[in-house]
Amino acid sequence: MSIETERAARRNRMSVLARCETSRLQGLWSKLGLDPTYKLLRGPEYGLVMLRGRTGGTGEPFNIGEATVTRASVKLDDGSVGHAMALGRDDMKARLCAIVDALCQDTRTAVLIDAEMIAPIKSELDGADERRRQETAATRVDFFTMVRGED
Amino acid sequence: MYVSVKGGEAAIDNAHRLLADRRRGDRSVPALTLDQITEQLALGVDRVMSEGSLYDRRLAALAIKQARGDLIEAIFLVRAYRTTLPRFGFAEPVDTGAMLVERRISACYKDLPGGQLLGPTFDYTHRLLDEELEVDARIEPGRMREGASEPVTRIVDILGGEGLIEEEPGTNGEEPGDINQTPLEFPLSRAMRLQSLARGDEGFLLALGYSTQRGYARSHPFAGEIRIGEVEIEVYLPELGFAVPVGRVQLTECQMVNQFKGSAKLPPQFTRGYGLVFGQSERKAMAMALCDRALRAEELGEDIVAPAQDQEFVISHCDNVQATGFVEHLKLPHYVDFQAELGLVRTMRAEFERANGVFQQAQAESAIEKKEAAE
Amino acid sequence: MQTETSTLEGGFALPVFDAQVIFRAIMDAMARPAVVTGVVPRAAPPAPLHPLAGAVACTLIDADTPVWLDQTLSDREALKAWLAFHTNARFTDAPAGAAFALVADPAAMPPLDQFAQGTQEYPDRSATLVLQIGSFEGGTPFTFHGPGIKGTASMAPLGLPGDFAGQWNENTRRFPRGVDLILIAGEAIACLPRSARLVKGKE
Repeated sequence: MSIETERAARRNRMSVLARCETSRLQGLWSKLGLDPTYKLLRGPEYGLVMLRGRTGGTGEPFNIGEATVTRASVKLDDGSVGHAMALGRDDMKARLCAIVDALCQDTRTAVLIDAEMIAPIKSELDGADERRRQETAATRVDFFTMVRGED
Repeated sequence: MYVSVKGGEAAIDNAHRLLADRRRGDRSVPALTLDQITEQLALGVDRVMSEGSLYDRRLAALAIKQARGDLIEAIFLVRAYRTTLPRFGFAEPVDTGAMLVERRISACYKDLPGGQLLGPTFDYTHRLLDEELEVDARIEPGRMREGASEPVTRIVDILGGEGLIEEEPGTNGEEPGDINQTPLEFPLSRAMRLQSLARGDEGFLLALGYSTQRGYARSHPFAGEIRIGEVEIEVYLPELGFAVPVGRVQLTECQMVNQFKGSAKLPPQFTRGYGLVFGQSERKAMAMALCDRALRAEELGEDIVAPAQDQEFVISHCDNVQATGFVEHLKLPHYVDFQAELGLVRTMRAEFERANGVFQQAQAESAIEKKEAAE
Repeated sequence: MQTETSTLEGGFALPVFDAQVIFRAIMDAMARPAVVTGVVPRAAPPAPLHPLAGAVACTLIDADTPVWLDQTLSDREALKAWLAFHTNARFTDAPAGAAFALVADPAAMPPLDQFAQGTQEYPDRSATLVLQIGSFEGGTPFTFHGPGIKGTASMAPLGLPGDFAGQWNENTRRFPRGVDLILIAGEAIACLPRSARLVKGKE
């Protein structure tokens, strides 16, 4: 796998994990039966990131305000390192996401995790997005042209 | 002037206890849960996040509960909490064009790519109190409409195609200023003004925005576009060497489009005012966009004639935490101050009466003289 | 770039409590200028950053304080990665743009007036320089007086720039503007705030 595809896969995994509910994450994780020993390199800890917009949507960056985040970094016994950062305050989630990220440094484990954890969560999240899109679509205004004048 | 005053410890303790009691209210009524607040008072939560300048629904809900529904007090609590957390870094600027849109309307074009999407709006409700909400009536879920989704194009991209709207200057790579870190020095950059407005008081900005419509700073605004929805937040992690998505936040964006006659440097065109706030809050986003446009007066070569165009006035007074702090500090003991004032007023009054007495005496005397002369 | 594991270790084991201990040590040293105090570092950064300088960095530096590194330090990518991971530091190439400067070779550093001096209105917008020196003994002896010093305080730091006395006199003359120094040798620290003036005739 090239560095780019590996990076894209990792980004995608982190994106899915960050958006997942902790209880759902733990449910899928416990089914995997993986329980690696690890050492915490940093965190889990709460902090802030400053969110930014652009003037007029496309111009220069400006600060909108901050958001709470939790981050964690772990190292497994085999030396692989995992990182996680997610919006909100949730130690358990950040720690678990960092462990999952570390495990996925091993290609075979990554295949397992992608299939058993990431894929189902992704499809649930996509389903929720699609439902929201359709709900919004139902509020789209359909304009009718009125027929005027003599025929 | 403040003088340290001792005493009142027991009174304060008891006041806090009484506050806790009154906050809980009738114990036979179930206590509010934070989930109830985030789910059912969501727009209040959004306002607290936006003006508290901290995106965290649960914290905002807790603050609302603790503040007994006093939103400015809740905003104060959130601001105080935010100072206890370290800042890990800065997110990449959000791409509102890629928003998962829940509502998007434009007052400029009837038909535009993506359409007019009303979403969960109060508009078109009749503002009649709904007695059904007195009980937990069954609420139907939203209707769905299937079909391929059409990209929701930004209005400015449509107008931009014709060259009739000002272009946003590209980024010059400089860090935008941060009002949390640097004391305000006027004039402020537009980036810093927008940060102040984004957390400014909704009521204050609404009133100022309204004043621009009533003629205090002539402007002819159109709601070019309002969109509400979720955007992905990405944060660059140096240990990875790339930006990772950390979740989504809900934002409301408003593009106000204003007619502009042009200046020596610029041809006639439309100019823009911009609003971007946390959560679902289009009144605030619209007011922010009106104020942003008014505050650009100097940049666009317009005369500064109205409060909404005065940076010092708008930015220094739009923060409700600062405002409430200074107004409410008047409750603090000013006993010595007041004693001094009391002494001063007594002296002045005595002088006034003495002078007045002398004057009245003089008048009386002159009246007698006149009378005598006449006789 | 996948950062090597080694650069991710060696930060504070107990970030809150360790930072409190080091902060207290720095604060005391700033309050008693030119007094050398022993401090256990509690951090293990990659060479050539001293452990105590690493601990000071972990305590004072964050995402809002741009950091300038001298050539000796900035050549080490592993060190920059360590600082970024444990402190959220952002780096700058311009001494004048930095809130903190970490210097491994003070003899070769830019003159003090090249760093941010603050303004008359905001003297706090100045740089704090963390200098790794050879020792607090055996160098040119200097005697200081000023706030926080009972009478005078002396030390003989080894490894400062050749014209340090002249530069420091200029720095104290700029008061309330000017830079503050944190000197580190082994497991000992001493500070020179801009208010500590050199005693004339003993330079």
